[in-house]
Amino acid sequence: MKIGYYPGCTLKTKAKNLEISTIEAMKKLDVEMVELDRWNCCGAVYSLADDDLVHLLAPVRDLIRARDAGLTPLMTLCSMCYNTLARANLLMRNDEVKREAINNFMEEEENYQGEVEVVHLLNFLRDSIGWDKVKAAVENPLDGIKLAPYYGCTLTRPLDVSVDHNTYHNVFGDMMKALGGEVVDFQEAETCCGSYQVISNPDAAEKTTVRIIESALKAGADALVLSCPLCDYNLGKKQADLMASREGIQPLPVVYMSQLMALAFGVPAEMAHFELNPPLTREFLEARGLLARV
Amino acid sequence: MCDTATIEKKVPEVAEELVPIYIMGKKYEVPASLTIMKAMEYAGYQYIRGAGCRGGICGACATVYRKPGDYHIRVGLACQTVVEADMYLTQIPFFPANRAVYKWEDVRGEAEEVFAAYPELFRCLACNACTKVCPMDIPVMDYVAAIKQGNLEKAAELSFDCIQCGLCATRCMAEMAQYHIAQMVRRLVGAKIAVPSPHVDKQVAAIKSGHYDEALKEVMALGTMDPFNQDANKENIDKLKELYNKRQGESHATDESWEPDDKYALLEDAR
Repeated sequence: MKIGYYPGCTLKTKAKNLEISTIEAMKKLDVEMVELDRWNCCGAVYSLADDDLVHLLAPVRDLIRARDAGLTPLMTLCSMCYNTLARANLLMRNDEVKREAINNFMEEEENYQGEVEVVHLLNFLRDSIGWDKVKAAVENPLDGIKLAPYYGCTLTRPLDVSVDHNTYHNVFGDMMKALGGEVVDFQEAETCCGSYQVISNPDAAEKTTVRIIESALKAGADALVLSCPLCDYNLGKKQADLMASREGIQPLPVVYMSQLMALAFGVPAEMAHFELNPPLTREFLEARGLLARV
Repeated sequence: MCDTATIEKKVPEVAEELVPIYIMGKKYEVPASLTIMKAMEYAGYQYIRGAGCRGGICGACATVYRKPGDYHIRVGLACQTVVEADMYLTQIPFFPANRAVYKWEDVRGEAEEVFAAYPELFRCLACNACTKVCPMDIPVMDYVAAIKQGNLEKAAELSFDCIQCGLCATRCMAEMAQYHIAQMVRRLVGAKIAVPSPHVDKQVAAIKSGHYDEALKEVMALGTMDPFNQDANKENIDKLKELYNKRQGESHATDESWEPDDKYALLEDAR
């Protein structure tokens, strides 16, 4: 089957490992990801100011491109892109006044009313593929590896765009289980990674990343599983700095959900581009024989 | 049937229709068939800036205008756009736009280098005002998006027709100078990313080897004028004209099998 695909800027630059590993793994499920021909930044952050319509132009324009190209549902891999696109889409469906203002401003485009359905890889796998089919594609199960799925804020908040409507979120864990892994639940799985505070208030960002890492380690996690390049920056790429500046912090490998999926499906490891992860990730996967096995 | 003189006599004096236009708010009646640039000269303006090639390529005469009863900003190159009745116009021959300085030897053609030189790229809100104002119909917003996505080749291709008029920069709410960023990108793509062309390398080597020196000397000698020998000058000019007219070039009608008479710089494997 084919699925419309919105990559997001970071997946084309710093987080190619998230994109390429997904494309390759999806081929094993006979899913072809059809990338939008024209797209711009998703808006990066959904503005919380009620009258800030200008920041909606970017996501709405992407949704218009998807509608015009017939690419609905439209899938994202990055949690932030998912959140901005899904929320902008809801606003265009539900808020008549703002919809008109935005459509009036973007008069060079056909009016948009929320025709596209925005999905994330996680709920796409659950709803359109099914965990049984995912299980059936596994060649190298992630046996005995304790994986802590990290949702962060943007996959499940606010409720009306959540990828999981159960009281107890389990879509991420279900994916890891389908790949043969052991799922570790931990207290801070939906605590913000620090997001862009890492620039304006790095101390606050550090505090929250320490909480998340310590919580996952305490729960017995071998690795933290991510779906967002910004989370990867705060929790993964900044980890070495963290350990240098604070005492008593233990290292925790981080890895994208799709990289594990690619390994489990028997995709050649070089297609998962672990060179773009912190060195710890590769060392961990090698120690567990996951890179040697493929 | 009739000679030139009688034709000239028969042409009636046609009073050209005049239309009112407003140049920087002041009303002028100008012939309806003129371009904005000629209309401004007709109205008495003398260009010392804001006019260049007069052929729609140099980007010096970017003009903005509005028409009554329409809120849209319209744009055109003054040398290419014919006046319309009641247009309010001004030229914007220059708009301040900073150009980043970087060391050519140090750059490798990576997107990160463009990000570092122009971090304001990431202020783009996708409002599309740049695309709407471009007199060359370039999808400016799309090439900005392509740069942010690290796709410099795509950005170079999309921005290829840019004439650096700067109108995009006048409208950008992110305060970017898009056209300077695109120029850096095209330079990086051309010199550091695009696969080197063996044709060009061989041609350059042919020039350096002195293969064309004799022919060049011949032409240069013909161009040296002797003020005391007008007959010889005329002869030289005629020879130059003849060389020019006989010069060989690939015509649009030729197919891929076409080859010049001088095959010195042709690639062996391409033949």
